[in-house]
Amino acid sequence: MITLGDYLIVSAILFTIGFTGVMLRRNLIVILMSLELMLNAANLSLVAFSRFRVGANGLPDYNAQVFVFFVITVAAAEVAVGLALLVALYRARQTTDVADIASLKF
Amino acid sequence: MSPFLFWIFAVVTVVFGAAVVLNRNPVASALSLVVSFLGLSALFMSLDAFFVGIIQVLVYAGAVMVLFLFIIMLLDIHVEERRQINWLAAVGAVGVAVTLLVQICVVIGHSQSARRVFPPLARPTTDDVWHIGRLLFSNYNLPFQIIGVLVLVATIGVVLLSRREPR
Repeated sequence: MITLGDYLIVSAILFTIGFTGVMLRRNLIVILMSLELMLNAANLSLVAFSRFRVGANGLPDYNAQVFVFFVITVAAAEVAVGLALLVALYRARQTTDVADIASLKF
Repeated sequence: MSPFLFWIFAVVTVVFGAAVVLNRNPVASALSLVVSFLGLSALFMSLDAFFVGIIQVLVYAGAVMVLFLFIIMLLDIHVEERRQINWLAAVGAVGVAVTLLVQICVVIGHSQSARRVFPPLARPTTDDVWHIGRLLFSNYNLPFQIIGVLVLVATIGVVLLSRREPR
């Protein structure tokens, strides 16, 4: 049978993949995609916990699913603003490589 | 859901998620991300969260991915050229990521409740849209309004950011 731990391990692997993408890749678009992967890994954990915590009425805990709804909404807004920033940056510098945008680097 | 289907969708999600990071071509990354999100949506539905699974497909595989592909097409980004990789930074990044994964797996391995199976539901099909909607408009009414303002601000911000500067 599938346990709660199996879902949590899938979620942890997905989060690690996203984290590695943010750290390793230098293309800003791929970094944004990796951020989406990390957010979705957190969503998978939330839904698994929601299904695991069945209340007295025999229903899952819907508070976690409302939280997932909020996360998805904020992630969609974040992608829209992030891609608009990317387009503005591309107009100014003609690059999407984070190695070329190092003005704020210490 | 049978364990066989769970493992199929888990492997699809993880493999295509890794393909997002490993592909050099951003278009291939975006298309891998679509497949990964579809697998994730199937995992949500296997947890009886049908509403969340549907909005995952609608919002991510639909809207967000179209936005990504549109921007990639608009900027005409080709395959990333090979540059000198900073090996120290790469090894450090992978090391931190693997450490994180090992830590999470150890925590899950030591947890008692992680070894338990999911308790059965009272009814096989749950009317989860009704329940989520009721929570959204009662307990979470204020956060819901704030999310609305956030989306409005994001819309105005995107319009302002993408406006061409008058020269």
